[in-house]
Amino acid sequence: MYAALAIGDGEPLIRWDWIARNWDDDILESLKEHLILSFTPILLGFLIALPLGIACARWRRFYPPVLAVTSVLYALPAIALFVVLVAFTGLTYTTVIIPLTLYTLSVLVPSVVDGLGSVPDHVRKSATAMGFGETRRMVQVELPIAVPVVMAGLRVATVSNISLVSVGAMIGIGGLGELFTDGLRRDFPTPLVVGIVLIIALAFVSDMVLLLIQRLLTPWERTRGASKREKEVLATGGAA
Amino acid sequence: MITFEGVTKRYPDGTVAVDTLDLEIPAGRITVLVGPSGCGKTTSLRMINRMVDATEGVVAVDGKNVREIDPPTLRRGIGYVIQQAGLFPHRTIVDNIATVPFLLGWDKKKARARSHELMERVGLDPKLAKRYPAQLSGGQQQRVGVARALAADPPIMLMDEPFSAVDPIVRASLQDEFLRLQNDLEKTIVFVTHDIDEAIKLGHKIAVFQVGGKLAQYATPEEILDAPADDFVRDFLGGERGIKRLRFFQELDAEEAAEQATEQAAEQRAAADRPEAGSTAAER
Repeated sequence: MYAALAIGDGEPLIRWDWIARNWDDDILESLKEHLILSFTPILLGFLIALPLGIACARWRRFYPPVLAVTSVLYALPAIALFVVLVAFTGLTYTTVIIPLTLYTLSVLVPSVVDGLGSVPDHVRKSATAMGFGETRRMVQVELPIAVPVVMAGLRVATVSNISLVSVGAMIGIGGLGELFTDGLRRDFPTPLVVGIVLIIALAFVSDMVLLLIQRLLTPWERTRGASKREKEVLATGGAA
Repeated sequence: MITFEGVTKRYPDGTVAVDTLDLEIPAGRITVLVGPSGCGKTTSLRMINRMVDATEGVVAVDGKNVREIDPPTLRRGIGYVIQQAGLFPHRTIVDNIATVPFLLGWDKKKARARSHELMERVGLDPKLAKRYPAQLSGGQQQRVGVARALAADPPIMLMDEPFSAVDPIVRASLQDEFLRLQNDLEKTIVFVTHDIDEAIKLGHKIAVFQVGGKLAQYATPEEILDAPADDFVRDFLGGERGIKRLRFFQELDAEEAAEQATEQAAEQRAAADRPEAGSTAAER
C-alpha cells in the first residue's frame, strides 16, 4: 500500500528497510532523548509549581504578579529561547529543558491555584474546626481535593512538551524532532513519518498513563463521572 | 460549662459582630443561639473553638480561657457540625466519621470500629460505609456530619444551622433523632439557628440575638414565649406566638408519655428514611 502513497519523484512515503536498519541506533536513541527532554521539565516544573502554587493560593497578593510573569514566559517562542540559551548553556539538554520547564510552570501554577480554589469553603472550615493544623489540612484535605484540576494541567503540559521538544531539533537537540530535520534535509519522507507517528503515540500513551494515575489517585471522582471542572480546565488549557 | 464574659468581636473595619456578650451555657444541655442574619450568633459560636478570637472579654470552657489552649488541641475536643455538613469529598463515609480519632492518633482499626458504631447510632445503613459523600442524600450527609462530630466523644458540640439545608420532613426527623440522641449522651450543645421554631423545639435555653451582636433575651423557651423581653423578641417570635406556646406545652405533655414518644420517633424515622433511600436510589 505504501507504494501508492509515493511522493512526486517516486520515493515511497515509508521505506521499511530504512526503519529496520536505523531502529536500534537512531530511532530508539531519539525516542529516549525525547522522553528525557519532555519529562525532565515536567518533573522540575511540577516540583517548582507545587510550592509556588500553594504560596499563591495562601497569599493571594502574590498570584497576579506570578501569573503575569508565567504568562509572558509562555508567550515567548520556544525557538527564540533555545537560541538565546545556547549562548549560556551551550548545545546541551539544559538548553531545551529550561524553556520547557518554564512552559510547564506557566501551565501548572494556575492549575495548582485553581485546584486549591476548587476546595469548597465549608470543607476547609470544617477541617480547621476539627483540629487540622494548616500543614496537615493542606496535605490531607486540600491537595487531594485539588488533584483532578492539577492532573488536568499536568496532562496539558505533558502533551505540549512532547510536541515542543521537536523544536529543539533546530539547534540539534530535539529527540524525535531530529528525524524531521534529517528527513527535510535529505528530502526523504520516511524519518518524517516515523517521527510524527512516534510523537503522536508518545503523547497519546503519556496522556493515558496520566489519566490512569489520576483515576487511581481519585477514586471518589469515579462515583460521579468525569467532573465538569476538569473538562473545563482541559478545554481552556488546550486552547492556550 | 461555657461562659462568655464581656465578649466583644470587632472587625478591623469597625463592624461590631458581638457586643459585650455575657452568657453562661450549662453543661449537658442544649443551648440555642437564635436571631436574624448578622446578629453575631455564628461568630459567638466560633469564638468557643477559636475559629474566631474575641477582641475583648473572655470565653472560657470549664473555667479555662480558650485563648490559653492551642487551637487544634482545643478543637479536637469539641464536636462541630455545619450546614453543608463539610464532609471530605475524597474520603469514604467511615473515614469521614473517623476524622478526629485519626487526628488523635487512634489505631486505624479502633477508629473504624468506632465509626461503624456511630453510623448505627445516627441511623445510617452500614452499607453506606464505603461510599463517598457525593453518593449520599442531603439528610444522610447531615447524619454523617453529626456522627463525625461525635466520633471522639467530645463533651461539647457546636452546631451551626446543621439542619437548615434539608427539606422540612427530613429536618423534623433529624431534629427528633437529635433530641433522642442527646437524651442518651447529655453533651453540652451550642446550637445556632435562624429558625425560632427550631430553637423552641430543641433548646433547654434560648439566647435571642439581635442585629449588632446584642443579646436580647436569654431564658427557657417557656419564659421567652410567656414573656418576651422586648418588642424585638416579640416580633422575632412572630404573630403566632400563642399557637407556638400552645404547641410547645402540648409537646411537654406528650413527653410525659415517654414510651409512646419514643415509639413515635422510631416510626417517624423509619418513614423519613424511606423516601430518602428511594431518592438516592433514583439518582443513580
